[in-house]
Amino acid sequence: MAMNDESRPERDDGARVVVDDGAVTARAEAPAATHAAKPAGPNAAGGSVQVPRGHWWWPSALTPWAGRTAQWASRLAGHGGSALPGRVVEVLDPGFLARTLGTLPYGVVLVSGTNGKTTTTRMVALMLEQLGLKVFTNPTGSNFTRGVVSALMGAIDGRRPLDADIAVLELDEAYAVHFVRQIRPRYSLLLNVMRDQLDRFGEIDNTARLLGHVAQATTGTVVLNREDARIARLSEQVPDGTAVRYFGLVNSLRSYFPSDDDMHGTDIRRTAMSGTDVDDGAVDGADDGAASSAMAAFGAGGPGASLSGAPSSLIPGESPRLDVGREAFASTAQPADVTLRRVGDHEAEFLIDGATVGGRVRLEGIYNLFNAAAALTVVRSVLADAGRSVDGGRLMEALAEVTPAFGRGEVIEVQGAPVELLLVKNPMGFRLSLGSFPAPGHDTMIAICDEYADGRDMSWLWDVDFTSLRETGVAMVSGTRAWDMALRLGYDEVKVARTDTDLEESVERFVTANPGVPKHIYCTYTAMLRLRARLARLADVADAGVGR
Amino acid sequence: MEHPVIDVVSLYPHDMNIYGDWGNVLTVTRRLSLYGYTPRVHAYNQGDAWPDHVDLILGGGGQDTGQGRIAEDLFLRADTLRKLAAEGTPMLTICGLYQLFGEYFETVAGERIEGIGIFGVYTQGHDVRMIGNLVEHSDRFGDIIGYENHSGQTFLRDGVRPLGVVDREGTGNNGKDHTEGAQVGNVIGTYMHGSLLPKNPRIADHLIRTAATRRYGEFHPDQTEEQRTALERLDAIAEQAREVAASRPR
Repeated sequence: MAMNDESRPERDDGARVVVDDGAVTARAEAPAATHAAKPAGPNAAGGSVQVPRGHWWWPSALTPWAGRTAQWASRLAGHGGSALPGRVVEVLDPGFLARTLGTLPYGVVLVSGTNGKTTTTRMVALMLEQLGLKVFTNPTGSNFTRGVVSALMGAIDGRRPLDADIAVLELDEAYAVHFVRQIRPRYSLLLNVMRDQLDRFGEIDNTARLLGHVAQATTGTVVLNREDARIARLSEQVPDGTAVRYFGLVNSLRSYFPSDDDMHGTDIRRTAMSGTDVDDGAVDGADDGAASSAMAAFGAGGPGASLSGAPSSLIPGESPRLDVGREAFASTAQPADVTLRRVGDHEAEFLIDGATVGGRVRLEGIYNLFNAAAALTVVRSVLADAGRSVDGGRLMEALAEVTPAFGRGEVIEVQGAPVELLLVKNPMGFRLSLGSFPAPGHDTMIAICDEYADGRDMSWLWDVDFTSLRETGVAMVSGTRAWDMALRLGYDEVKVARTDTDLEESVERFVTANPGVPKHIYCTYTAMLRLRARLARLADVADAGVGR
Repeated sequence: MEHPVIDVVSLYPHDMNIYGDWGNVLTVTRRLSLYGYTPRVHAYNQGDAWPDHVDLILGGGGQDTGQGRIAEDLFLRADTLRKLAAEGTPMLTICGLYQLFGEYFETVAGERIEGIGIFGVYTQGHDVRMIGNLVEHSDRFGDIIGYENHSGQTFLRDGVRPLGVVDREGTGNNGKDHTEGAQVGNVIGTYMHGSLLPKNPRIADHLIRTAATRRYGEFHPDQTEEQRTALERLDAIAEQAREVAASRPR
């Protein structure tokens, strides 16, 4: 199997220390190193960020040129990547990022968290554009500091400042820490912490600590997920003078968007019971209709069927505390700026300023409706600071224009049938995807690789419940760890028609079999890059903006 | 006897469930069914009533906060667990519960967390995590395939048997003495995730066999042809998955 380092995405290892002349803040935060000791403290709240100086021998006006040359060279070498130019610029001109982004009139919006970064960033950026701002954003997948630098290369020219009002940037949790040492964001949006690639970040409490550094560095408004206890608690770290806004869910929807604590044990049962176990009341004036419409959106089995991981023989009821995972939440409940009130098929209703506004969305997947609440909260903060008042109806119009990002429900047409690419990176994301894209009427393929960017440990597959695929079975399992995936499906009694570690051959066989039948492909990050490259030979595949 | 029951306790699934340790529970229950037994899983969390009958115990890894939350309850149940262990009840503890089944865990900061002392092992917190794919060799179970991810370094007292031995330094219990895991009687402790049991069916079957023999005097699978075939198919897939896993970079 041809699977070597070159097929990794341009996620650099972050461990190389930037060549700097005494400015400690330019040091790269190595994700691997974050396991070890607590990450070094952020800049003291209220203090200014130390901007690393350039080298006396390097004329900074040449930086974009150097970056672009590196970009060109790396494309020529066939990598098409964004890590190399970023690295070149970081070494030659460590102050570049802070200098370039520091001049934006509305500052920087930093989006981070485990799940939903890419789509939410896209929503914020596209909505702000719809509402008349000039937005700079980093393309899909380049969610590390050097990816941002590379994206800036394409957007600036010589000494002229970046032609944008605001930057909306997606950053991976560890790189977000590195980033805020160089430039403090005016807004930060912290979505959730869920178990991800544990071999990269260590435990999720550590991931929450990383995001705490982002909260501490934010100068304007920190937007937090009220329903994720680890995120909501970060409000304690927000510096004086910086505002906090929350996005949230009405009570009746909470069981449809489980937090990491809801994945196991007692809370499984609570999730499984949802739909009947709606604890209406208090905070948001929940709507009974929401539960049934959410149920409809999840398809016949309801979310209980797709989200729970318990065997049918699990004996319920021995624990007096069914609600463990929400305990912390209850004590930190805060009024939310935007609350998701009701969900349906490509539609959503939100509570904003006490009024209900609803609209259509083009995004796939019910979880993106909650991400929309997050994006709306940020957009409202930016608009308020800009002194602009925009009513709910206009916000919904802007939201309706947002289309899915690459690999997040992206649809590629192959021989007349839609092939939907669904990126899976962690158990909760996988569960939510399975719940959002019902298998009946589709052929299903799952491709699991174990490169660095995918995560080497296969344990996470065992935290996903695949029983929703029992009815249809899975047509193809592939990727370096195809056999691990096949074993997982075997234990969930899901039939697999074919298991083959040769990803390129498998995807071609899969999409050309059964002409006319729509298809779902669940895939890890490097699996997606590889199968997109193969699909490009058979169909029209948009430029991913991430190489290969 | 018609589908005899085996009572399986999943220890603290709410707080000790990281690294896919759920896969171990699933593997044991599915295999029990395929052998013609009726698995009954008791999810035991702190404060719950202890099940009347216990044939097999499975425990996983947790975050520091999770370990803190269960510690008090674990001590309330320590006598029960020690008695079950002494009687020969099969148990499998992974990572965090492996450490807490030992004598103590001393954090990097010097804080000492007492364990329940089923294993004659102690653990020292460390700055460096040992992370990666790992193959260990065991007399009892052949090669054990898994993935380790821990910062605690565990040392065995004299006479304590490891679960297996590892080839390279920087892996296993403590990175130094080439041991991995521990076993005393029918109790197994290990750092191996993956999940452990799906790719190591010999260990799963050992736990099942011991549990059935202890309860019913013998391990007597009463399988349909269909169940036998299903089990063979799972084991054939596991064999392929083991081969691939063993060939992957650390």
